Amino acid sequence: MANVTLRNVRKTYPGGFEAIKGVNVDVGDGQFCVLVGPSGCGKSTLLRMVAGLETVTGGEIDIGGRVVNQVEPADRDIAMVFQNYALYPHMSVFNNMAYGLRNRGMKEAEIKTRVGEAARVLELTSMLERKPRQLSGGQRQRVAMGRAIVRQPKVFLFDEPLSNLDAKLRIAMRVEIRKLQRRLSTTSIYVTHDQLEAMTLADILVVMNGGQVEQIGNPLAVYEKPATTFVASFIGAPPMNLMSIRADEIKSQLGSAGEAGILGIRPEDFVITDQTPSGGVALPLTVEAIERVGAETFIYGSRAQDEQRVAATPGELPPGEVIVRIPGSEAPPIGQKIRVAAVRAKLHLFSGDGRTRIEA
Amino acid sequence: MVEQEGFRRYVAHIVLWIGIAIVAFPVYVAIVASTQDNALIANGQMSLLPGGHFFEVYYQTIFVGTSGSTREPVANMMLNSLVMALLIAVGKIAISIISAYGIVYFRFPFRMPIFWIIFITLMLPVEVRIYPTYKIVADLHMLDSYAGLALPLIASATATLLFRQFFMTVPDELLEASRIDGAGPFRFFWDTLLPLSRTNMAALFVILFILGWNQYLWPLLITTRDDMQTIQIGIRKMMTTNDALTEWPIVMATAVLAMLPPVFVVVAMQKLFVRGLVETEK
Repeated sequence: MANVTLRNVRKTYPGGFEAIKGVNVDVGDGQFCVLVGPSGCGKSTLLRMVAGLETVTGGEIDIGGRVVNQVEPADRDIAMVFQNYALYPHMSVFNNMAYGLRNRGMKEAEIKTRVGEAARVLELTSMLERKPRQLSGGQRQRVAMGRAIVRQPKVFLFDEPLSNLDAKLRIAMRVEIRKLQRRLSTTSIYVTHDQLEAMTLADILVVMNGGQVEQIGNPLAVYEKPATTFVASFIGAPPMNLMSIRADEIKSQLGSAGEAGILGIRPEDFVITDQTPSGGVALPLTVEAIERVGAETFIYGSRAQDEQRVAATPGELPPGEVIVRIPGSEAPPIGQKIRVAAVRAKLHLFSGDGRTRIEA
Repeated sequence: MVEQEGFRRYVAHIVLWIGIAIVAFPVYVAIVASTQDNALIANGQMSLLPGGHFFEVYYQTIFVGTSGSTREPVANMMLNSLVMALLIAVGKIAISIISAYGIVYFRFPFRMPIFWIIFITLMLPVEVRIYPTYKIVADLHMLDSYAGLALPLIASATATLLFRQFFMTVPDELLEASRIDGAGPFRFFWDTLLPLSRTNMAALFVILFILGWNQYLWPLLITTRDDMQTIQIGIRKMMTTNDALTEWPIVMATAVLAMLPPVFVVVAMQKLFVRGLVETEK
C-alpha cells in the first residue's frame, strides 16, 4: 500500500534526446493510474523509470514516502507485468511465480501457500506443472499476473499487458485486471496506447504526448473537458471533429467574444436536424460514406465550400470532413445533403495553437 | 519430399547404397582386420570375413598393448584422450559462455576492443601460434600433463561468438523480469541463461569433443612420456616399428576403439540436442 509521486521527472538520453520532459503525477494509495498516449510519447519509458529499469536524469520518484531514484528494481517493492509476459521459458508455471519469492529467501511452505492462492484466484491451479509454451496467450498473461500478485508488492506496474491478446480476450482480461486490482487494492500504474482500455480501467488518466503530460484527471472528466486538441482527438473513437474558427464567427455563432481558435465537436454530439439550436452550431453536409456497426452508425460527411460556416479543419481530419455518430442503423443514402447541429453545451473551444481550452 | 515413382526411385536407392558402401568399406576392413591373425595379414592373405581372434586381439589391445619395447595398453591411451577431449570441450564451453555473458550483458571500459580481440583470434589457430604456445607451456612446466594438453586449446573465439549471438536473441524483458524478481547477475546467468543455452551447449559439446578427441599435432609436441600418449598418437606409433612386423590386428583394433567415443557422443547428444530444440523456446 503506497502512494506513487513523480516530481518533475525527466529523462535525457546520453545522445541528448529528451524522452521525458518534466512529469508530475500523484497516484494515491490503491488507485489505478493509466498512462496513455501514442507510441513514442514516453509512457513506457516513464513506467520503466518507476520500475527502476531506466535511470532517472532529473526529478524524484517517490514510492510510499521513499525516494527510490537510486534503489535497485528488486528493492523498490514493485512488480511488473511485461507486454510479452517475459515468463522464464524453462521453468514451470509454479516456478515462474515462485522464483521471485525464492530469491528473497522465503520459506518453501509460505511460497506454496502464496502461489497456490494466486493460482486459485487466476484459475491456474491445474496448470502449475506446465511450461509457459504449453499455455495459451491468455493463460500466459495470467501467469505473468500471478508472478506479480504473489509478491504482494506496494505497486503493480503494467506495460501494455494486453496488446498481445486477441480483441475478445483483451476485453475479458481487462475486466479481470480491474476486478483483481479492486480486490487487492494495490496501487497500480498501467501503460497502454488503447484509449478504450485507458478509459475503462483508470481512476486517474494521464494523457501523454511527446514526453509531456497533456492532461491528468478522472477519465470521464478528461473525456468531457479535454484540455488540449491533442487530448480531444486522442481520447474518444472516432476522434472529435476539430475545425478552426475565426474570431467573428465565435462572436456571431456562439455569442461570446474571443480570439480565433479551434472548435471541437464529438461525433455523438451531432443530431440530424433542420433547426439551429440557440448558441449552437449547424453544419450542412454531403454524405460521403456510411459505416454501420449495428447499434450505431457513423456518417462521414463533407462540408461544401460555399456553405462553410467554419473554415478549414486542422488536426487529423481531412479538410472539410466531419464524422457524425447516430444511434441505430438508419442512415441517409450516400450523396444526400443533410444538416447536422450540436447544442452549445457540447461545443469545445480551444486556442488557435490547440494548447489551451477556452471555457466560454 | 515428393516420392519418386518406380524406376527413378530404384536409381536413387542404388546410388545411395553405392555411397554407403564406399564410406563404410574401410571401416568394415578395419573391423575385420582387427579379428584376424597377424601372420595372415602380413602375407597378404587377409580374408574379408571376420576371423576368429576377436577376443584375444581386443584383450591384448586394451590391456597389454603391442609386443614392442615401448608398449602401452590402449585403455590408458583412451583415458588420456578422453580426459583431454572432455577438458577441451567442457573448458571451451565454460570459458566462452562466461566471456560471452560479460560482453553482452555488462558495460565496461574497452568492451568493444576486447570483443574484437577475441574475434581476431579466430584467425590464429593452434598451428599458427604453435611455437609461442609451446614455449609458454614448457616454461610453465606443463609438458606431459593433462593441463598442458588441454589448456592451450581451451580459449575459443568461435564458441564465444556463438553464445554472444544467442544471448543477443534472448529478450531483454527476461533480464528485466529477473532484476525485478531480485536475481543478481550471477543468479540470472545460472537460473535463466544457462538453462536456455542447453541446446547450444549440447551442439557445441558434440563438435568440440570430436575436435579435442582428434587432436594430433599438439599432443604429439607436448607429450613425450608413453603413459601420457593419446590414442591418435598411439596408433601412429604402433604403425612405425623399426625391426618387427607391424601388428595390424592391434592397430586396427585401436582404430576401431578410437572411433567409438565420438560415435557414442554423437548418438547420445543428438537425442538431447533434438529434445532440447523441441522443449525450449525463447
